[in-house]
Amino acid sequence: MGTLNSKIPDGPLSQKWTKYKASVKLVNPANKKKLEIIVIGTGLSGAGAASALGELGYSVKNFCYQDSPRRAHSVAAQGGINAAKNYQNDGDSIYRLFYDMIKGGDYRAREANVYRAAEVSNQVIDHYTALGVPFARDYGGTLDTRSFGGVQVSRTFYAKGQTGQQCLLGCYSSLNRQIKKGSVVMYPRREMLDLVIIDGKARGIIARNLITGEIERHSAHAVVLATGGYGTIYYMSTLAVNSNASAAWKAHKKGAFFANPSFLQIHPTCVPQLNQFQSKLTLMSESLRNDGRIWVPKVKGDKRPSNSIPEDERDYYLERRYPAFGNLVPRDVASRAAKERCDAGYGVGETGLAVNLDFRDSIKKQGKKAIENKYGNLFDMYKTITGIDPYEEPMMIYPAGHYTMGGLWVNYELMTTVKGLYAIGESNFSDHGANRLGASSLMQAAGDGYFILPNTISNYLADEIRVAKISTDRPEFEETEKAATWRLEKLISINGKQTASSFHKRLGKIMWDYCGMIRNEEGLKKALTLISDLKTEFWSDLKVTGTIKEMNPELEKAGRVADYIEFASLLVTDALERRESCGAHFREEFQTPDGEAQRNDEEFAYVAAWEYAGEDNPHILHKEELKFEEVEMKVRSYK
Amino acid sequence: MKLTLKIWRQKNATSKGAFMTYKMDDVAPEMSFLEMLDALNKKLVEGSNEPVAFDHDCREGICGSCGMYINGHPHGPVPAVTTCLLSMRYFKDGDTVWIEPWRAKPFPVIKDLIVDRSAFDKIQSAGGFISINTGAAPEANSIVVPRKDSDNAFDSAVCIGCGACVAACKNASAMLFVSAKISQFALLPQGRVEAKERVRAMVDKMDELGFGNCSNTGACEAECPKQIKITNIARLNREFYKAF
Repeated sequence: MGTLNSKIPDGPLSQKWTKYKASVKLVNPANKKKLEIIVIGTGLSGAGAASALGELGYSVKNFCYQDSPRRAHSVAAQGGINAAKNYQNDGDSIYRLFYDMIKGGDYRAREANVYRAAEVSNQVIDHYTALGVPFARDYGGTLDTRSFGGVQVSRTFYAKGQTGQQCLLGCYSSLNRQIKKGSVVMYPRREMLDLVIIDGKARGIIARNLITGEIERHSAHAVVLATGGYGTIYYMSTLAVNSNASAAWKAHKKGAFFANPSFLQIHPTCVPQLNQFQSKLTLMSESLRNDGRIWVPKVKGDKRPSNSIPEDERDYYLERRYPAFGNLVPRDVASRAAKERCDAGYGVGETGLAVNLDFRDSIKKQGKKAIENKYGNLFDMYKTITGIDPYEEPMMIYPAGHYTMGGLWVNYELMTTVKGLYAIGESNFSDHGANRLGASSLMQAAGDGYFILPNTISNYLADEIRVAKISTDRPEFEETEKAATWRLEKLISINGKQTASSFHKRLGKIMWDYCGMIRNEEGLKKALTLISDLKTEFWSDLKVTGTIKEMNPELEKAGRVADYIEFASLLVTDALERRESCGAHFREEFQTPDGEAQRNDEEFAYVAAWEYAGEDNPHILHKEELKFEEVEMKVRSYK
Repeated sequence: MKLTLKIWRQKNATSKGAFMTYKMDDVAPEMSFLEMLDALNKKLVEGSNEPVAFDHDCREGICGSCGMYINGHPHGPVPAVTTCLLSMRYFKDGDTVWIEPWRAKPFPVIKDLIVDRSAFDKIQSAGGFISINTGAAPEANSIVVPRKDSDNAFDSAVCIGCGACVAACKNASAMLFVSAKISQFALLPQGRVEAKERVRAMVDKMDELGFGNCSNTGACEAECPKQIKITNIARLNREFYKAF
């Protein structure tokens, strides 16, 4: 592996994408059909890419582990999707969206990629609207927007608290159209076990049919990973419980560098843990912070019911600490502030690990109906889970693992360090720096899938038109399949006592305790030892029932946990190496006297791209220096 | 609390299934139904027994993966929740809980509580889309939609494709599922262009795949975890008549 080449086009920031598209190599329509592309994942980026590539005429094979592409976890995004339409006449623009993302990401994202994401955001909204996505509308029939954390304009398009579902079903519908046409072949209930590389290029995958257990070989001219994030490394998170990092990790072990793995976003507003058997932490959309006020009692350990605590004994700590942004500070700031109050003994609820999100004042001002219109389904969901009615009592919330800004390193074309292997959506690292702003994940995923990748992939495929269909009888497929099967057999053969989930739970606790919202050198070093011990225990005491050649959810889980245990070491190593606080990565040793994150731009204004160097060798760090030509690196203040 | 579970176990599509009995001694009321099954599975695996297979993913009621018959109701006895959000506080100490897969000819059992719902995907790819290529869309606000229509379209569009409507229907009809998509697009100007082709293609596919017809018992609406209304079926019928 050579040095990193991010392939950022020359010229002024606002012209780079236009210029790139004008000069990119194209594939003749007649040749497109002969070129096969594998897309893993069917979320906003995966289904978007598969449809757009199918529309262009490529032969696409789309894979997902769920029973249907409509289940991909984009479906669970609640609050909204950003675009720089400036429909509110409130001073928004592509530049301002770009600037907010760069600032929100604490100056650790790549300028050119972020600008492009902002640039295509408007096309994304146009496209979804045309696909029949029922975004909220104003009485005149035009699209409505709302504001979201970390910004001062209203640019978030939404469909109640189910924006992700509606956008995903939009993608699913465009995917279905291509499936009907035959340009996309869908392979549901398949898990990618490994990447096949031939002569240095990604040429296919080994997959397991999750119904029959059969191991399959699939070849293509290029492979696109749209496999999402790795928030379930904490075991409990806001993610779907089967979300995993295995495809990305396997690609990493085959040569794709992993960038900024320690940048994990902890979402401030989630339903707190209620019992020890809990399997996930449900997100309550950040949009609730538009109308909900966050507070804890002023007196430590005040256990009175929240409604009976008088106004002057409530501490609206976000409004107090951050008067300019108040309850709308970015996620990392809000999360840490909640943890700080709870650690100091002011938390509410039985565990003391929760803060109040109170709608009393908004209901008084706007009426119950207005609040119901905006958040009805979220309030219902909260009540279903907790049995508490948030129209009557404040919600209790606490931060939980949510989104991963880190991911596979990609260049401007979204290609990883493996030729012909692309990573899009949450599975890449490029657009959110050290912290993602609300409603920008749907925006980026859809932009990558529908508008960016279909334009950049031709630059690679134009040189592949003479490559005939790749035979899956090649020795590279044979070997990769053998290794993948051997690993599955090994997992089953351990025949110990503990389930994959119980290992996952323990790994999650290590990660949450030492590599969660607040990190320090001592804790991170301890985590490395604990992870290494857990790995040894895993491979000597794991219990998996059943066989490979049948439907076997325990085996699926075991494989994913095994990968997570390996990946966890890299994640912690990255957190240890980054001796600064930035965005969601808060190192206790590096903070200002008033407890805010202290960046170190002199030494750490780079993307940490890690190269796999073999099972027993430490990862090799490559640094992509971040050059800010358009914006000046400033202290990120929301005060 | 203590519960007796009667769970349908079936090795694969071709084998014969049967109810098996499991005793649970330590079910907490804060658990979700699936967390209760997680606890059962942990016990089974630790005792070298095969765990109960069930579909699940988001565990917040939006992906539509989970679904099982619980005491004679799809997604259990509580209205408007999916199995994953069904809280164990609705069960009492000493209860016997019957758990079965969806039973409908177009949804063959794959294993235990997992059924094959790919028929739903086939109906959607027959016509559940608006034909527009990426890049061809007009400026979003050039399409003006009355707020009421848009809100109604949204209410139809919240279907999660779980299959409870089919499982609840004595005819195994997919009318509620199909009508939700038909309604969403029928209410929006973007969807009018292909309205006729769409409704014919989706209804044809639905019939071809062996789903039954609607006889207006309303079981689908009563059991739908997303409260999709049966009025969607009336709209589907109107759209269908208009298509000839």
